[in-house]
Amino acid sequence: MKIKKKIALIDQHDKNGFWGGKFGGSFIPETLKKPVHDLAKSFAKLRKNKNFIKKRDYYFKNYIGSPTPFIKLENLSSHLGGAQIWAKVVSEANGGAHKIYNATVHALLCKSMGKKYIVGDTGAGYAGKMLSMAAKKFGLKCKIFMGVKDIKRQKPNCIAIRKNGAEIVPVYTGSQTLVDAVSECMRYWVSNCDTTHMCVGSTVGPNIFVKVCGWSTSQISRELKVQIKKEFGKIPKKIKLINCVGGGSSAYGFWSEFVDFPKTQIEFIGVEAGGPKNSKLHAAPLSKNAKLGVLHGSASYVCQNKDGQINETDSISAGLDYPGVSPIHCFLKDTKRAKYTYATDESALAAYKMVTKFEKLNPSLEPSHAFAEAIKIAPKLSKDTIIIVNSCGDAKKDKDILKKRLGKY
Amino acid sequence: MLLSPINIAFKNCKNEKRPALLTYTVASDPSKNKSLKILKSISEYVDILEVGFGHSTPIADGGQIQTSSYRAIKNGFKMKDAFQIVKNYKKLKNTKPIILMGYYNMIYQYGEDKFINKCKKVGVNGLIVVDLPWPENKKFSKKCKKKSITFVQLLSPTTSKDRLKKIVKDSHEMIYYISMLSTTGGKLKVSPKKILKNYNKIKKIDPKKNYVIGFGITDKTISKLKTADGLVVGSAICKEITKSLNKRQNPVTNVSNMVKRLKNKII
Ligand SMILES: Cc1ncc(COP(=O)(O)O)c(C=O)c1O
Repeated sequence: MKIKKKIALIDQHDKNGFWGGKFGGSFIPETLKKPVHDLAKSFAKLRKNKNFIKKRDYYFKNYIGSPTPFIKLENLSSHLGGAQIWAKVVSEANGGAHKIYNATVHALLCKSMGKKYIVGDTGAGYAGKMLSMAAKKFGLKCKIFMGVKDIKRQKPNCIAIRKNGAEIVPVYTGSQTLVDAVSECMRYWVSNCDTTHMCVGSTVGPNIFVKVCGWSTSQISRELKVQIKKEFGKIPKKIKLINCVGGGSSAYGFWSEFVDFPKTQIEFIGVEAGGPKNSKLHAAPLSKNAKLGVLHGSASYVCQNKDGQINETDSISAGLDYPGVSPIHCFLKDTKRAKYTYATDESALAAYKMVTKFEKLNPSLEPSHAFAEAIKIAPKLSKDTIIIVNSCGDAKKDKDILKKRLGKY
Repeated sequence: MLLSPINIAFKNCKNEKRPALLTYTVASDPSKNKSLKILKSISEYVDILEVGFGHSTPIADGGQIQTSSYRAIKNGFKMKDAFQIVKNYKKLKNTKPIILMGYYNMIYQYGEDKFINKCKKVGVNGLIVVDLPWPENKKFSKKCKKKSITFVQLLSPTTSKDRLKKIVKDSHEMIYYISMLSTTGGKLKVSPKKILKNYNKIKKIDPKKNYVIGFGITDKTISKLKTADGLVVGSAICKEITKSLNKRQNPVTNVSNMVKRLKNKII
């Protein structure tokens, strides 16, 4: 298994849609073959179309607000000693998280394909909020599928979704979290694929959804590359890019421009959800060595039992609370280009507390997992090491959880 | 060439000038023992029995079958139970062909070859894998053929003409036509007439093969579709099990009565 140079990772799959010969693919019911094929065809055409690219860039700049800031966390760095800690503040994007890139592109695709309805899944509520925003902006009717447990714990985003005129379809099955929302959304699409476009909220699902999402979020690292050069005059010798990994869309977008750099120069560290400290449950298929399996239309490492039933997961962070992960991250793991670890609920909370104490930054529980890793390793590293954390979401949505667990927000 | 039990089942129905009746129930729903009892009690009215191995994230099943699957899983269902149920059913004197149906991950975790061998050993006659479409299923389908297990290809109203031809060509003796854009158990949102029109077009591609229609068929609609080679009823049966449990009635008797009624509507 090998990564090719000078080809975007999203395009490094074989003709059956597999990365590294075994991750990804399209395990879908027959009914979805046509809409998936249609989407793949449209996307292949549009991404080469100058007008479409222009439109994308226009909305990225004027609607999403690119580029998002790249800042040094001076206080946190000097408190910890060791490496310099920087943040790419993607939460400054319109809506408060990176999910806006994928949502905007899907809305544009939906429109060019002549569909008037769009549906999507959400866990943390950001994917749903952004899709509802994009739908409103582009005049599409929108339904968001969300687990009942997540509806309860991510209230502010639910309010936003409804305000944008979208309907939230509560999902009561299974653990009532993201995994169930994605299943229900796919089932809805099976029944309505003739009129409706589906957006998958991360770099997961059948091959084409991994590609569209990765293509969208890669804006993050395109900006970052320019910002790093501007800040340091060149690309420094020792960089560590730390990102939380749920489905892996923010991590993909944060890393994609830098894949061809040697890992000794630019290292990728993905941080999954380790779940509550004393619990067996987690949402960390990569770092806890889950087996290869098929979930939601693609093959990836999946938290599952011996029989192939998908395991329940647990995480304080609704956005990371998912048993599978992008096939591209499986590929990055097995080729050893990226390293994956996890942070527990408790260390994410502690990281949140520390970051907000020292900086004017308010990372949601998802990026707080990434900060936990940064905080852990920074003191052991040299001053010329540049740690950059993708602060990919804003914590407003987590205020109830934070108040309960930390006593204040 | 020796006819397969599935082929023989269709042939018998043709001789009787009626469609084959296929049922779908979930292994270990409502319990391991009761699901076997259900199979045994409906066996004499049914031509082919489909048995589902429930999955925790079913992306193409509607509410009724989901409920049955979750109930089975909650009751401790394991893949090996499905095989045991089939094995015990096949101890009956007059058995019908059995088709196992489910999602690919369960087969993948078992190991494709090991799975097919086990099917062969316990007497499974056919397989339907919901999320392993053509052409991805080519290799698996060939492996099944080698062991004389019928791999049932699925067709849907969205399947393109070109694809239809290729899939039919690669299919074994039985093909499953999904009546409409829906998960299992949806309300029949297309008229039976229209379903049959599509169906007949497909049937013409290779009239020698046996085509069954499924999704959304209940005792209210089944008689209107009886010109097909076979009709599958699944969600209506799963719903009957749920209803029986809620009313504290015996699901075995209730399902058996329902299947009898279904059969009466197509003879
Ligand atoms: C702020 C934020 N970060 C991260 C994630 C995890 O998803 P991904 O790994 O695709 O970025 C989510 C998902 O909802 C999110 O809202």
